[in-house]
Parts: sequence; structure tokens; C-alpha cells
Amino acid sequence: MAFKQVSSPHAHAAQNTSQVMKLVLLATIPGLAALTWQFGWGSFINVVLASVTAVCCEAAIVKMRGRSISFYLGDYSAVVTAVLLGLALPPLAPWWVVVVGTVFSIVVAKQLYGGLGYNPFNPAMVGYVVLLISFPIQMTTWVAPLALLPAGAAHPGLVESLQIVFAGYSPADGVTGATPLDVFKHSSGLLVDQVYDREPLFNQAMFAGAGWEWVNLGFLLGGIILLYQRIFTWHGPVGMLGALALMSIIFWDSGSSSSPGSPLMHLFSGASMMGAFFILTDPVSSAVSNRGRLIFGVLIGVLVYVIRAWGNYPDAVAFAVLLANFAAPFIDNYTLPRTYGHTDRRRATEKEED
Amino acid sequence: MIELIAQNPILAALVALVGLSIVFGALLGFAAEKFKVVGDPIVEQIDELLPQTQCGQCGFPGCRPYAESIAAGDVINKCPPGGQSTINAIANLLDVPAPELDAEHGVESEVKTVAYIREDECIGCTKCIQACPVDAILGAAKLMHTVITDECTGCDLCVEPCPVDCIDMLPVAETIADWKWSIPAKPGQMIATDRRGEVSPAVHSEDAA
Amino acid sequence: MSRTWVTPGGVHPPENKHQSLTQPIGQLPIPEKLIIPLSQHIGAPATPCVEIGQQVLKGQVIAQAAGLVSIPMHAPSSGTISAIEHRPIAHASGMLAPCIEITTDGADTWIEHQGISDYEHITPSKLIEMVGNAGISGMGGAGFPSAVKLNPGRQRPIDTLIVNATECEPYITADDSAIRERAGEIVEGIKILSAILDHPTNIMIGIEDNKPEAIAALAPHVEDSGISVVVFPTKYPSGGEKQLIYILTGKELPAGKLPADEGIVCINIGTTYAIKRAVIDGEPLISRVTTVTGDAVGTPRNYDTLIGTPVRHLLEHNQFDGQAGGRVIMGGPMMGFTLPSADVPIVKTTNCILAPSYAEIPDDDPAQPCIRCGMCAEACPVSLLPQQLFWYAQAEEHDRLEAHNLFDCIECGACSYVCPSNIPLVQYYRAAKGDIRKAREEKVKSDHARERFEFHKERIEQAEREKEAKRAARREATQQAKADHLAATANGGAAPSAPATASPAGAVPTSSAADIIAAAQARAAAKQANPEDQRAKLERTIASAEQRLKMAEEKLAEAINEDSGKQDKLSAAVENTRQKLEQSKSKLAELAE
Repeated sequence: MAFKQVSSPHAHAAQNTSQVMKLVLLATIPGLAALTWQFGWGSFINVVLASVTAVCCEAAIVKMRGRSISFYLGDYSAVVTAVLLGLALPPLAPWWVVVVGTVFSIVVAKQLYGGLGYNPFNPAMVGYVVLLISFPIQMTTWVAPLALLPAGAAHPGLVESLQIVFAGYSPADGVTGATPLDVFKHSSGLLVDQVYDREPLFNQAMFAGAGWEWVNLGFLLGGIILLYQRIFTWHGPVGMLGALALMSIIFWDSGSSSSPGSPLMHLFSGASMMGAFFILTDPVSSAVSNRGRLIFGVLIGVLVYVIRAWGNYPDAVAFAVLLANFAAPFIDNYTLPRTYGHTDRRRATEKEED
Repeated sequence: MIELIAQNPILAALVALVGLSIVFGALLGFAAEKFKVVGDPIVEQIDELLPQTQCGQCGFPGCRPYAESIAAGDVINKCPPGGQSTINAIANLLDVPAPELDAEHGVESEVKTVAYIREDECIGCTKCIQACPVDAILGAAKLMHTVITDECTGCDLCVEPCPVDCIDMLPVAETIADWKWSIPAKPGQMIATDRRGEVSPAVHSEDAA
Repeated sequence: MSRTWVTPGGVHPPENKHQSLTQPIGQLPIPEKLIIPLSQHIGAPATPCVEIGQQVLKGQVIAQAAGLVSIPMHAPSSGTISAIEHRPIAHASGMLAPCIEITTDGADTWIEHQGISDYEHITPSKLIEMVGNAGISGMGGAGFPSAVKLNPGRQRPIDTLIVNATECEPYITADDSAIRERAGEIVEGIKILSAILDHPTNIMIGIEDNKPEAIAALAPHVEDSGISVVVFPTKYPSGGEKQLIYILTGKELPAGKLPADEGIVCINIGTTYAIKRAVIDGEPLISRVTTVTGDAVGTPRNYDTLIGTPVRHLLEHNQFDGQAGGRVIMGGPMMGFTLPSADVPIVKTTNCILAPSYAEIPDDDPAQPCIRCGMCAEACPVSLLPQQLFWYAQAEEHDRLEAHNLFDCIECGACSYVCPSNIPLVQYYRAAKGDIRKAREEKVKSDHARERFEFHKERIEQAEREKEAKRAARREATQQAKADHLAATANGGAAPSAPATASPAGAVPTSSAADIIAAAQARAAAKQANPEDQRAKLERTIASAEQRLKMAEEKLAEAINEDSGKQDKLSAAVENTRQKLEQSKSKLAELAE
């Protein structure tokens, strides 16, 4: 009798990487549903188009490297990247915007760095930033939320949306509009209360901007599901949202004309919730320890607020995440957990003295 | 004097610059003395990394002379017993790119060997005793010699002088005490340096053991 | 109930303990052959003290402890020593190690043995000696000789005795069933331990809350005994020594320290039973409770197994189905190691033989890339960053590994267990630890070699210097002699006293060397003076020269016959010898005159 010889442990928990990725995909459904409900078919088309492109790119690169395609596609990581990028892009963006962004994300930001697990930056956000810098007009044209559509008008249907995306048809008047963060960016001279009164984007909303609050609630729900499933720990999201809230309270300035907006608006507008639960929780490019992830989240929260309030861009999650990615190895060096039996936490650069 | 300098801008600039350079030079000199980093001289550090077989395959009579030569600018790939890992360590220390082992000086052997004397053939000529760089061979003239295997560095230097060829370099057998686990087959990873068409991870599910 | 602390990390793998608990501890027929490895413990292997063919009785010493940290081995049953050789043993390497094989006679005849019932009146050192002579080593994990662990000579007295009944690994129920059936004897063993350790103030049995029957079985025996049974929530790996100490006392064992340094002794509950048998019954450690479980065996249960029983014997008596599973594990599914074959014997640390089916433990999926999800860090009971260690282990960055406290890893396997990418993390750590240890050893060796080389060089140089000094002295002496000679010829008869006066005052070593030379010359002159000696010597020389000449001439003739081209050389040699012979003969003739 000869037996197989392997290293312990022999037992394994059932969870594997593909399942983790699939759960993440499932958890984006509330957000995607809210986007589709509030902004029409655009986001849905983005997501599908980006996913198809990503899978093709991934397969092509894996094939070029002579590896098993089914094995590498089986981890669903390319789809996750694509879905996140698709959700972040403006609905009804031209198809080539989506394709260029996805190709950049998968080929350059992910595979050229070595594939899953080796990318120093969040691939979806790299793609997003490349698009934002290259095609600012397409990237800042948002669809108006459901509540703000002109009377009698509706979001384009699926077929019409496809025509807009692929054939370059222009959407009907009034279908596109500004985002709440845009509004605040360009509302100098008005008190916050005045902005809230005059802007339909706010006076049609419950607390943070028509349509956007629903989208953010959708991502919050998905994030809580993932948290409950222990896909990630609370440290990153809480760090970011906490810092963002704190910053907006500190600089709230009791709603003066120079106030960058209320805490609620910052938490529930733009990509705040999506960033907190789906972008910065990407484990590959974030810090590794729990303390490190808390600091990583706080850094992103602060940066998001700084760029929103005083920077050139209305939203800032992508930039903030990339900047924090830069800082991740540095954070790691200083946030080693204290090992059992050791009195001090040590920096990773120190060697055991003896 | 001061008036003269003040009135003559070129002179003033000259004096100011010279004065500054003297002050800063003194400061730097003082700092260099005061905060001098006392570390091992580079020769010591290189010597630490060499395997100390004293085999002379590098062309130097022992490890230390080679370390001195490296410190003086010699190439670092002349040490077959140390092999690639030693080359890498020295390259790391000196902050230079790590070259491949120079085959001219020998090849890195996979297994460590030590010398054994076939004792019934030994004629007691003491030639190997003189050749051994670490005094690991015991014996006297016209009496059988033997190798203290614990002290033998496997340098080969005793094999050549033996007039009756009774010295064998035998591999050191791995024992249960020094057995260790090997690094598992790498998980499916893709880096540019990987060989094209390598067996896909889906196939190499066979375990390292 | 006393307070417990909670360790970080940990996992909850399926327990799978109920399968082997349906029946009481069983007894197997005595196997035909028993194989006793000489090294079943930490420390030096035992030295055999029997010969092949020798009859041994059950409990007879067959190998003696070699040194302080070692244990003796005893015959688990009566029979004949049939081999002392290398056999496969229970080691992850699958390598062979020296073993003693006993062919049993089936009579199971005990050697005469006797215990002591009133251990309270025996000195601790005597009790420790009994434990040592019984060959007891830790039966939970590593197998550290118990007598060494209990030996005083430590910095501080022991105030806490922890009995480890955690048994946190899935499947294993050896301690659980032993407690259920032998609680009285176990508590007796703990009392003996308490006596040895001079009655520590705090005696705790640490046990997980998934063993209610065992807890209930202990309860009546510990009443009024000062022993407390501390129950804490089930979590893997609570049974690690460091983890258990933290759970029960809230104290972390500082890195590199032993429990005894902190006044704690931690001992496995199976070992306490063995100690009771050793002291009260006088029986050495020759059997232990071993769980045989897994879906590939027909009837999972616990057996009181003789040490040295081949695993094959256990499996065959349990309707083992070799087709059902791919591996057989000694130990549990988290830390056990796979066996190379079924011929390896049960040793003193074997608490479980696990033969899982493919359904229970499937072959490993290929590893996917690490996505640094951090689940491993969440599971790590000693708060390491397994994902970072993995990166550094791959890159063989030993400095970084040590900075990340690789050597605090207890190899519990929790990180690999939760890894969604199926990376065999523990194997990486083991390999990296092995590499680092090897590098350290090589460093020590190479430092040693350097020292020896430097000494060697120094010695050669010293010899060279001495030779040089002698040469210089000789040169000086000859020059001196010449000068003397000249002076003598110039001054006429005043020569003899010259050397002493001519020597400069500073040349002390030279003069001593000159003395030696002078002495040698004097000896030579003395020999010269004795004609008898000289004649004898010359005769010897002539005899040997004649012999040589004869041989050389023969060789020359041969060479000429074969025309081998050596004639010139040989004829020159013959000529040479002949001349020497002539010289000697003429000298002899001179002498004879």
C-alpha cells in the first residue's frame, strides 16, 4: 500500500476564490438595479459590454502566455473588474469609451503587471481614470435621474439605448443632466439651503440628491451583504465613510455659501458607497492588515473629500483609491500586527535582534 | 578692510562664498567624524557571504583573498561552491547586478560532498594532510590517514595530490534529522519571465511530494 | 467556573468526532511483529541494549536513553528480537530510521514489575526517575521527554499545572474516550504530578465544551482535590500549548521562552495516565489510546494500541477500504502528516490514524493566485500575516520572513484551511523555516571552517618563519666560522676563544642556534672518531648498493630486450650506482688501513 504524501492541513474550508468573486458580483445587483431604475438601461449595457470585453481580453492574454484559459477565467476576477468599471461609467456612454476603458483595465492595469494578485493598482479605477482624463466630455455627461425627467419624457428604452451607445444617436433633450456633486461644485455664492431649494436635483430628493441616494443605498445594501458573508472586514469601508463624514462635518461651515456640502450628501452621492464597499475592498491593491486597511480607508475618505471640496473634479473616488494604492506598501510597513509572545509591534523592515 | 569689501561687490561675493564653504565644509567634516557608521569593512562582509570551503576554485588561495579581490573590483561569479545564491547575496551587498556563475571556475554541484579515504589503500604519504586547507585530515607519515568528515568542507584539494588515488568525494546523505519540506509547485501565476507553454496549473495538480 | 480568555483568529472545521465515539475503547489482537523506532521523541535516539534473537518479556527495556534529553524504549509484548535495522517510520519525509523489530510469541508475558502506591512519601526526584525510566514522553504532540519537563533546576517554582485535554483537532477522540473511561486514573496521575511539582497552587484541566461526557466523568474525581476543570468554547487551535496557556491564564508566553520560565507546566492528559501507570503500577509506556477513524475504515473507534503496532494491523482489523481514499494520515486533518506506507508503526505520540475517503478529504485543487484577501490573517491564532509570509517565502527573502516572525508560526494550518485560493501556505512556511535553519547551520559551519583555515594559515606561516630563522642562523654560523678561520690564520694560535668574543651581544637566538649546530657537528665528529661504527655503516651501504646495482642491471637488460627507449636513463642510473659503490669500497679500504 503506498499512499499519497501531502503537507497538512488536509481539510479545507469550502470557500474558494471563484465563489468570493461570484458573491461580489451578486452583491452589485442592488446597486445595478437602482442605477437601471433611476437612470435607464445605460448602466446595464455598460456592464454587459465591459464584461464581454474583459473576458475576451483576459482569454487572449492567457492564451498568449500559453496557459489554461478555463483555469484563469474560472476565477471571475476579470468579470468583477469589468462590472465595477461598467457601474462607474456614465450610462449611455459611447461603446468605444467602455471598450477602451475595459481593455486598459484588463490588459495594462492587470495582466501586464502579472495578472490576478500582482496588480499594484485597482484595475477598474485605472481604466476609469484613463477615460476621465482622455474623454472628459463623454465621462461627465450623466443621464438625468427619473424624478428630473421633463414631464411626459422617459429614459430611452433598451433598443433606443443600444442605438445611442452603438450608433451614436443623441439622446432626447432633457435626458442628460448634472450630478449633485457637479451642482455643488458650481454653486458658489449660494447658501447650502438655497441650493437645496432651487436645484431640482435636491428639492426632488429625500436627503442627498435625486436618484443618487437610491444608487448609493443599493450599493450600501450589497456591501452589507458582503460584510455579513465575511468577504471583507469592516475596517476599510468604515475607515473611508467615517473619514468622509468627519471631514464634511468639520468643513460643513453651517451651510454657508462656501460650504462644500452636507455630510449626508457626501456619503450618499457620487461613488461614495460603491467606492467604500466595492472598490477599496479590492484586497489585491489595498493594505494587508486590519489596522492597515483602516488607515487605508481613512486615507481614501480624506482624499475623496479634499478633491471633491477643493480639487478640479466633482468626484474623486478613483483618484483617491489610486493614490492610496501607492501608499499601501508604506502603510503595510508600519502596521504589522503584534504577534503572540512579542511585546511590540514591529516594522516590517526590522530584523529580529538576538 | 571691511569697507573695501562692502564697496566691492565682486569681492564681497567671493568672501561670502568662501566663508560659507569653509563653514559648511567644517560642519560636514565634523558630522562625518561624529556620526561615522561603524560597520564591517566591506572585505569582512564579503568574506561572511563566501562559503569558506577554501577550495581555491576562484584562483585565489582561500576565501578571504577572493573577498579582498572582490572588494578591489574583481567579478563576483567565480565561486562554484557558493553557487548562484552566494553570487546573488554578494550582488545584493554590493548593489550590482548578479551575473551567472562563471563556468570556467567550475559548476555548482547539487549535492554537498565530503572526502573519504579508502583506508586500506592509503600509504601514509601525508600529501593530503598538507593539502587540506582546514586541517581536517588526521594521520602521520607511513600511517593510515582519515578525514574528520565534520570538518571537511568538500573542497576537493586533497584528491589531486594523493599518489594512490585513494580519496573519494562522496555525497553527504540526507538524514531524517536534516530533511525539510520543499517549496510547493508555484500556484498558477503569470509573470512575463515564465516560460511559454509551460504546463498549465490545471494539469500540475500533482503535489510537490 | 474560572475565567477564560479568547485567542485571536482560529477556525471551526467540522468536528467529525462522533463517528469514533460510538463504541468504548477496544483491544486489538497482538500483532505478529512490533516495530519500535528508536526515536519517538524530541532528543537523542535511544541506544539498543538487546541483540537479535534475544528473548524479551513485556515491559523489558530494549533500548536505553542516550543522554539527558532522551527516553528508554520497552518491549510492548513478549517475544524475540528479530531485527535491528532501518525501517519506514512515522515521519513526514517518508525516510527510514533505526527500529527494533520484535516477533511476538502471543504469550504477552510481563516482566516482573512493581509500583508504589503511597507516592506522597517518595521524593520528587525519585518520582521523576520513575517517569523517566518508564519511557514517557509527551503524548499529545511533539513528544518531549516528560522527566525533563518535570525536572527542577528551573529559575522559579511552578505555580500553575495545566493539563491539556483540549483535543481541538477534528476527528480525534483518543483523549476524550480515555477521560470517559479512565477519569479516576487520570486524576490520580495529576495528583502524582502535583506531588512532583511540589503542589502548584493552580491546577487546571483545560477542556473544550464539545466534550460534555468527559467533563461529567471528571467531575466526581476532582471534587475537593484542588483541581479545577476549566471549560471553554471550542475553536481550533485551542490545544496548542501557547494558546491553551493564554486561554486559561491570560498570559502570553514570551517568544523564545518555555512555559517553565513563567512558572507553568503544561502536560497532555494522556501523559498523566501514563504517569499514573508508571508510578502506581510500575508499568512502562508500552501502549496508548489511538483513534482509528475516517470513512475509509469500516468501524471508526478508539483502541488501546501497543506501541510498535504497524498501521496495517490497525487498518486491517477495521475493514479498511484502500480504494475509498487516497491518503492515510497520522494525527488529525489539520496538523497530521501523511504516511508513506501502512508499514509504519504506532509511536508514543500517535493519537489518531485517519483514513479519509475522497468525499471527506478530496485531492487538493490546483492553487490559484493569492489575492491577499486576508482571510488567513483573520484565522491566524498568533496574529501573523500569512499572506505576506507567503510572498516572502516564494521570493526566499529570509530577512523579511524573520522580521514577520515566521518562527512564531505554530503550523496549525488554519491559514491554509481558509485560503480561498487553495495555497498550501503551511508547506511554504515549513520549507522556508527549513531553508533558514539550514542557512544558519551552514553559517556556523562556514565560520568554523574560516577559523580553521586561518589557524592553518597561521601555522604554516609560523613554520615558515621558524625555518627562515634557522636558515638565517645557519648562514650566520658559517659566516662566523669563516671569519674565525680567517682570524685564526691571521693571528696564528689565538683562534679557539674567538667565537665567543666575536659574537655580537644581541645575537642571542643565533648563538643558541649555533650551539645546536655545534652540538650536531660534535656528534658527527664523535661518530667519525669511532671506526667500528663507520665500518659497519659502510658495509651496510656497500651491501645495499650492490643489491641496487644488481637490480638496475637487470632492469637495463630487460629494457634493452624490449627496446623500450629507457635504456639511456637506466644505463645512467646503473653507472651512477656503480660509482657510488666504488666510492664506498674505496672508503672502506681507507678505513681498513
